[in-house]
Amino acid sequence: MANEAPAIELKGISKAFGPVQANKDISIRVMPGTIHGIIGENGAGKSTLMSILYGFYKADAGEIFISGQKTTIPDSQAAIAAGIGMVFQHFKLVENFTVLENIVLGAEDGGLLRPSLAKARKTLEELEQEYDLKVDPDAIIEQIGVGAQQRVEILKALYRQANILILDEPTGVLTPAEADQLFRILGRLREEGKTIILITHKLREIMEITDTVSVMRRGEMTATVKTSETSPEELAELMVGRKVLLQVDKTPAQPGDVILDVKNLRVVDEMGVERLRSIDLQVRAGEILGIAGVAGNGQSELLEVLGGYMDATGEVRVNGTLMPLTGAGADGRSRRESGVSHVPEDRQREGLIMDFAAWENVAFGYHDDAAYNRGVLMDNSAVRADTEAKMERFDVRPPNPALAAKNFSGGNQQKIVLAREIERNPDLLLIGQPTRGVDIGAIEFIHQQIVALRDQGKAILLVSVELEEILSLSDRVAVMFDGQIMGERLPSQTDEKELGLLMAGVSGEAA
Amino acid sequence: MDFLTIIQILDSTIRLATPLLLACLAGFFSERAGIFDIGLEGKMLIAAMFSAAVAYVTGSVWLGLLAGAASSVALAALHGLASITFRGNQLISGVAINFLAAGMTVVIAQDWFQLGGRTPSLFGGARFEPIILPFAEAVADVPFLGPIYAELLSGHSILVYVTFLLVPGTWWVIYRTRFGLRLRAVGENPAAVDTAGVSVVGLRYAAVAICGVLCGIAGAYLATALQAGFVKDMTAGRGFIALAALIFAKWRPWPAMWSCLLFGLLQAIALRYQNLDLGVFTVPVQAMDVLPYVLTVIILAGFVGKAIPPRAGGVPYVKER
Repeated sequence: MANEAPAIELKGISKAFGPVQANKDISIRVMPGTIHGIIGENGAGKSTLMSILYGFYKADAGEIFISGQKTTIPDSQAAIAAGIGMVFQHFKLVENFTVLENIVLGAEDGGLLRPSLAKARKTLEELEQEYDLKVDPDAIIEQIGVGAQQRVEILKALYRQANILILDEPTGVLTPAEADQLFRILGRLREEGKTIILITHKLREIMEITDTVSVMRRGEMTATVKTSETSPEELAELMVGRKVLLQVDKTPAQPGDVILDVKNLRVVDEMGVERLRSIDLQVRAGEILGIAGVAGNGQSELLEVLGGYMDATGEVRVNGTLMPLTGAGADGRSRRESGVSHVPEDRQREGLIMDFAAWENVAFGYHDDAAYNRGVLMDNSAVRADTEAKMERFDVRPPNPALAAKNFSGGNQQKIVLAREIERNPDLLLIGQPTRGVDIGAIEFIHQQIVALRDQGKAILLVSVELEEILSLSDRVAVMFDGQIMGERLPSQTDEKELGLLMAGVSGEAA
Repeated sequence: MDFLTIIQILDSTIRLATPLLLACLAGFFSERAGIFDIGLEGKMLIAAMFSAAVAYVTGSVWLGLLAGAASSVALAALHGLASITFRGNQLISGVAINFLAAGMTVVIAQDWFQLGGRTPSLFGGARFEPIILPFAEAVADVPFLGPIYAELLSGHSILVYVTFLLVPGTWWVIYRTRFGLRLRAVGENPAAVDTAGVSVVGLRYAAVAICGVLCGIAGAYLATALQAGFVKDMTAGRGFIALAALIFAKWRPWPAMWSCLLFGLLQAIALRYQNLDLGVFTVPVQAMDVLPYVLTVIILAGFVGKAIPPRAGGVPYVKER
C-alpha cells in the first residue's frame, strides 16, 4: 500500500467566504480501498471541503490529485468524470420519479429514454447483487423509506462508475438498524476496492467503521490518525480543543406531582392520515421524559399540539387544568400563561426570526411582559438590557443583543431560545431536538441547563432523534413509532438495541 | 339545434381553442421546468402585433410568423434573465412583461401605421389561408361523416393542424426523451439535476425559449389567421385562460388539449348565441361573453380538485451543499 498513489490527495486547499476562512491550508491523503472519516463540529469546514471536491465551490488555493493525477474540478460534471460520487445529507432525488429515472438522470445514453432505462435496469441488477443494495427500480422515491432513498443515492454514484464515494452525515435520518445495514454496505464497497470518505460528527460511527480519521476544527485539519490508534475521548478533545464530558452528570430524579397528563390524544391531518393515535403519557415535576423515535413518527405533532399550535382531540391537563385543544385558548400564548414553555424542534423556523436582532427574538412571545413595556410603547432598552443579562448567563457568544439571529452559530441560536424559555420559570418545558446542529461544547452546556431545570422541580418533555442524548438525559424513555407510543423504558434498564427495535415498530413483547 | 349548427359550433371551437392550446403548451414547457410564467398574455400580444405588421409590410405571412416568434422569444429571454440569471420574482417579471407588451404594442403600431394603434387589415399572402383537405368537396354530401370531414376537420389554417399535432409531440418529448426527463426533473428538484452534472440554467433557458416560440405562434395565429390584423389588446386575456387550462389539466399535455377545447367551446357558444333567448327572458350578450372568464376564475380558485404544481415552480435555484 505504501507505494500506491492515494485515491485522493488534497494539498493546501483554502477557501474563504468574505472574512470567514472556511478552509485553511488543508492537506489530506486518502488511500484507495479504505474508509476515511472526517469528523468535526458544525461549521468546522467539513462540508465546504467536500463541496470543493464535488465542484460546488472553487478553492481559492490548493491542488487536487485523483489517483496521482492533478485534477481541476470546476463543476459536478468534472467530479463525476473524475470518479467521485457524493451522497448528500439531504438527498438530491426527484421525489415523484421512479428509482430508475433518478439513477438515469444526467447519465443517459442518447436522446431517447427507453434504451437508457433498459440498460440501467440491467446494470442495477448487477450492482444489487454485487453490493447487496436492494431497491425496487420501479418504486416512486416518495413512497420508499429514507434508508432505501439513501441506497438509491449510493446506486446513483455507482452507476456513474464512482470509485470514490463521499457520504455527508449519512446516518442522521436512519434508525440504528438501517445505520448498521449502511455500514455493512460500506464495508462491502471497501472490499471491492472503493474509497469512501465518511463525514460525520458521531464519534461512535468513526470508531466503528473507518480505517483512518481526520479531525477538523475551525477550518483547519488538526490531526489525521489511524482509527485503531485513537479513542473517542481523544477525538472529542481534538474536535473542540479541550476535554469534554460525553456523559451527563445527574443525580436520580425526585419525581413529584403529575404536571402534564395526556390522555387519548389524536391528530388527523388534512389528508385524513392519523398522525397521533391515542397517545397517553404523564410527566411529573422533577423528571425528564424522553421521547425517542425516527423523525416523522408523530413527535413533531405531539410537540405542536402541546405547544398549542396544532388542533387535536383528547385530553391534555397541565397542573390539573384542562387545556383547550381546538379553537380559542389553543394557542402558544395561552399555553405560556398556563406555565408551558416550548423550545421548538426547528429553531430557525419556529424558534427565532432569523433576520431580527437577538433582543427582538428574546422579546417574542413575552412582548406583553410588564417589564418590557412602558405604557403603550415597548421599552426597548429594558429588553436589550434583559437580553444582555440572559446572554451573559447562558454564555451566548458574541454577547451582542443587536446582532441578527442568523449571525449566531447554531449552538448560540439555541442558547438564545433556551434562555428565553427557561428563564420564564415554566412548570413544564417542551423541548425538541435541543442539540440538533449544535457543536459539542454547546451540547454540554445545554444538557446541563436542562438537568438544572429538572433539579428545580420542573417537568420536562424532551423529544430527540439522538438516542445517545435521550439515554443520557432522560429519567424515563418513551419510544414513538407511527403516531403511537410503542413502550416506555428506564434508561438504566434498556439499551440502544432494544430502543432501536421499538423505533422500528417492533413491539415490546416481540422485542 | 340541428346537426349542422353543432358542427359549426365545434368548428369554431377548434379555431378558438388553437391559440389557447399553443399558449397552454408554452406555459407547460416553462412551468414543468420550474419557471412560472404569467407573461404568456404579453408574449402573445407582442407577437400578434409584430406578425401582423411584418406580414403587412412584406406581404408574406411566414415572415410575419417569424417576426412574431422572434419578438415573443425576446420577451421570454427577458423573463429568463430576470427569473433564472438574476433569480428575481417570477410573478413580478411576468406582470411587468404583460404591462410592457400592452403599452408597447399600441405605441409601436401607432408610430408605424398611424391607425390609432392598430395595423392595416391583412389579405392575400399576408394571412394564413384555410387548407382544404383532399376530397373535402367530394365527400361533403355524405350523410353525417361528410360534414364532419368537410366542415369540422377540413378548412383550417396550417397552424391549427400543427398545434394539434404538437400535443402528442409534446407528450413524446416530455415522457420519452432525455430532454423531457431532465426538464421534468428541473421543475421538481433542480438540486438533483445540478448534482447529476446537468446545467440547471441551460435547461431552464431552453424551456423558456420553447415557451417564447409557442407564444409567438399563438400571437401570430390570432393576428394573421383568426383575425386579419392587430388591434389593441386583441389577446383579451387568452394568456390567463391558457394558464387556467394548464392548471385544470394538472400540467399534463393531453388533458391540456381537452381543457383548451372546453374553453374554446365556451367562447364558440358565446360567439354563436350573442343573445340567448330562453323564452322567459333573454340572456344578454355580455353574460355569454363572460362565460370563459367565469370558468377561469372557478378553476383558479381551486374548485376542481387538488392540482399539484411542479414542486420547484417559482423558486429560483440557488446552489447549496
